Amino acid sequence: MNKTAAQAEKKHESLFYVTKRDTMPFWKSSLIRVIAVIAALIISSVFIVALTGKSPLKIYSAMIEGSFGTVRTFWDLLQNMAMLLGIAVAVTPAFRMKFWNIGAEGQVLMGCLASVICMYYIGSALPSWLLIIVMAVASMAAGAIWAGIPGFFKAKWNTNETLFTLMMNYVAIQLVSFFIAVWVPSGSGILYPVNTDTECGWLPKVFGQQYFLNVAIVAILTVGMFIYLRYTKHGYEISVVGESENTAKYIGINVKKVIIRTVLLSGALCGVIGFLLVSGKNHMINTSMAGGNGFTAIMVSWLAKFNPFYMILTAFLVSFLKIGGSALARDPLLKLSTSLGDIISAIVILFIIGSEFFIRYRINYRGRKAEHKNV
Amino acid sequence: MSKDVSLELKNISKSFGRVAANKDVCLTVYRGEILALLGENGSGKTTLMNMISGIYHPDSGEIIINGENAVINSPRDAFDYNIGMIHQHFKLVNVFTSTENIILGIDGKKFNLETAEKEVKAIADKYGFEIDPKKKVYEMSVSEKQTVEIIKVLYRGADILILDEPTAVLTPQEAQKLFAILRRMRDDNKSIIIITHKLHEVLEISDRVSVLRKGEYVGTVETKDADESILTEMMVGKKVDLNIHRSEPVNAAVRLEVSGLNCTRRDGVKALSDVSFVARSGEILGIAGISGSGQRELLEAIAGLQKLDSGSIIYHDPKTGKDENLRDKTPVQIRELGVRLSFVPEDRLGMGLVGNMDITDNMMLRSYRSGRPVFLDRHPPKELAQRIIEDLEVVTPSAETPVRRLSGGNVQKVLVGREIAAAPTVLMAAYPVRGLDINSSYLIYDLLNKQKENGVAVIFVGEDLDVLIELCDRILVIGGGRVTGVVDGREAKKEEIGLLMTKTVKEESANE
Repeated sequence: MNKTAAQAEKKHESLFYVTKRDTMPFWKSSLIRVIAVIAALIISSVFIVALTGKSPLKIYSAMIEGSFGTVRTFWDLLQNMAMLLGIAVAVTPAFRMKFWNIGAEGQVLMGCLASVICMYYIGSALPSWLLIIVMAVASMAAGAIWAGIPGFFKAKWNTNETLFTLMMNYVAIQLVSFFIAVWVPSGSGILYPVNTDTECGWLPKVFGQQYFLNVAIVAILTVGMFIYLRYTKHGYEISVVGESENTAKYIGINVKKVIIRTVLLSGALCGVIGFLLVSGKNHMINTSMAGGNGFTAIMVSWLAKFNPFYMILTAFLVSFLKIGGSALARDPLLKLSTSLGDIISAIVILFIIGSEFFIRYRINYRGRKAEHKNV
Repeated sequence: MSKDVSLELKNISKSFGRVAANKDVCLTVYRGEILALLGENGSGKTTLMNMISGIYHPDSGEIIINGENAVINSPRDAFDYNIGMIHQHFKLVNVFTSTENIILGIDGKKFNLETAEKEVKAIADKYGFEIDPKKKVYEMSVSEKQTVEIIKVLYRGADILILDEPTAVLTPQEAQKLFAILRRMRDDNKSIIIITHKLHEVLEISDRVSVLRKGEYVGTVETKDADESILTEMMVGKKVDLNIHRSEPVNAAVRLEVSGLNCTRRDGVKALSDVSFVARSGEILGIAGISGSGQRELLEAIAGLQKLDSGSIIYHDPKTGKDENLRDKTPVQIRELGVRLSFVPEDRLGMGLVGNMDITDNMMLRSYRSGRPVFLDRHPPKELAQRIIEDLEVVTPSAETPVRRLSGGNVQKVLVGREIAAAPTVLMAAYPVRGLDINSSYLIYDLLNKQKENGVAVIFVGEDLDVLIELCDRILVIGGGRVTGVVDGREAKKEEIGLLMTKTVKEESANE
């Protein structure tokens, strides 16, 4: 008997255990995500009070004001969101195929570079509409090549696409530096907008809005991608290859061909975003023009479960946090650094990602059986 | 002495997600007995045993060992209670010798390999194992590896041994040897629990049989009072007709002629050497062999998925009378030739189907290329999905349920249903009843028989020799990638096939 007692002391049963959930109705998972955002805002409030001593509500309203306050800030938000969404849509087919393309940053940058090269060397020799087409095609080709090289190696020799696409980012940055060094003899490293006099190769304003076309083109891409993935034979092949390469071979899908085709598409769409960044916004290039969106877009795509329509929501959330956060720093009354916005957006995103755990798993407490059934 | 309880389970429950794997299971094991734990696949046998051996922890219930309440949180705790489990998949280090594997992970004392080898030898002699303490694991046959696993738990002093389907990987002869050893261990007063779903083995080896059905404990009977029909009824919950109907082949004509196939695996090992055979229409050709003897490569070669070094695969088209060589053709090219070849692969969710896709999209795997350009047409596959769900009684919430959520039997119905819907002239099925319950298994046998009666050349790769003998017209036996014999299914004896299965292995080791 003594031994039993000793053993009972030595080995305790854990208080709770985790089991995998089967499925969860959509409203329930949405509710969990909303609760996660609210919880994140509450935790953020603690940080805000502790760090700045200001009212959290004031901060949040300043963020909203900074994003929606004026027509200009609203279009800034839309433009930012469109670029992020566009890249997220672009990486999605590759990700659906489980091709971990983390080289969107480089592919976008190559798209930017191709457009700027066209503008710089063709100048105003072509009519603007024709130059725009040339730029778009060149950007798509550049993005496609940048993604296609790792894609080809993956299909042919099964190289690791994650490392490969990552390395291609650095090569792209160096290439951009090289061209800037060639174009800017002063060595300042700053390229001023090209064709400011003729605005040749600049996307025109529509309804008086410079960003209208950017937003509209990304909207079309998003819908197009949704249809492509869901209703076309190509989209179906992508899903089969992504889920199981063996099944794909078994039914006679040419896996190599699908990998290369999909990666080219993914890269070409990144190139389109590069084109939009140049032609529709900056009209010049620098090495940080993709601005990390190539990486953030992966999160946007993933959080949306690779569904282009959900990506509108996730892209909005991330963009709002970014634009609203930077508005805090600009606000002359608040006198805050840019860090607070980053802290808030980090907390919100962390909570949303963390909430996935509660959507996928259920926590059971030992000895309180009645509770299981309600969860 | 004789009726000491060594292990008692009280109201053990365990669920995975919404699925209850075990519900209030009670079980008693005595010293010096062999208890068979019988149940269909998915009835919770392995889950239950995994809780005793510390891999899972029960949600509720008690485990009592030698009269004491035990909390087992890890395999190490299980060892402390002298419980040892031999899993279906061996967990050995390939580059170590048997002795090294056996003493691996025991702490608290310094090792002297020589004394350890002697101890291993002593255990082997005591129970009649054949083991070479210095042999490396990668040089061992499956049955030798199993021996190492068993000695490993005995070396650790296990009194309660759990064996999870130990005969699944053995030939009939090897199984007999194992049974002899198990009997000796029982006479040494150890408790042995053997998990199985093979009835004749249960009747042969065990003292008592405990039956689980759908995670619940059904009951325990003394083996001497039991027979196959009683046990089946306990397992399934109703009476089942255990006879497979076999009709005489009608108008058998050569449909597929395979000659001189040679093929090398990626690691340079020869998978097939000079394999030749014919498959006739209206006939079921069985393929028997220890798993991994080249069955997979053979079927995949015919299906256009495996590169060959040499040989030919001639298909005689029953409509046009033309001969086509299928060698080095892709699956699409084979289909374009008008060859209606259906293939139910061994790996259902990893090859035959896409687990995360619903039934409709899985139907589409075979047909998505047809119809309008660019866009998919989901109507015909949806109708096919509905038809298969109705005809084969697939249990599923809807045609939109991902197939990985279905049970093993229903997954297989979806796969076989799709392959048969293509109206094949050749149907190949690799282990089509593996993991299926009795009712689903017999449904699959029926479907194969119907295809045979429709004049299809059926190739059936199986593992249960009793089934092969009952179902097939001819049985091709392969061993080590070589054809070691072709026997008539109506006259063949199990032992004869068993000998043919190991023939090459023995010849090779004799030459060395």
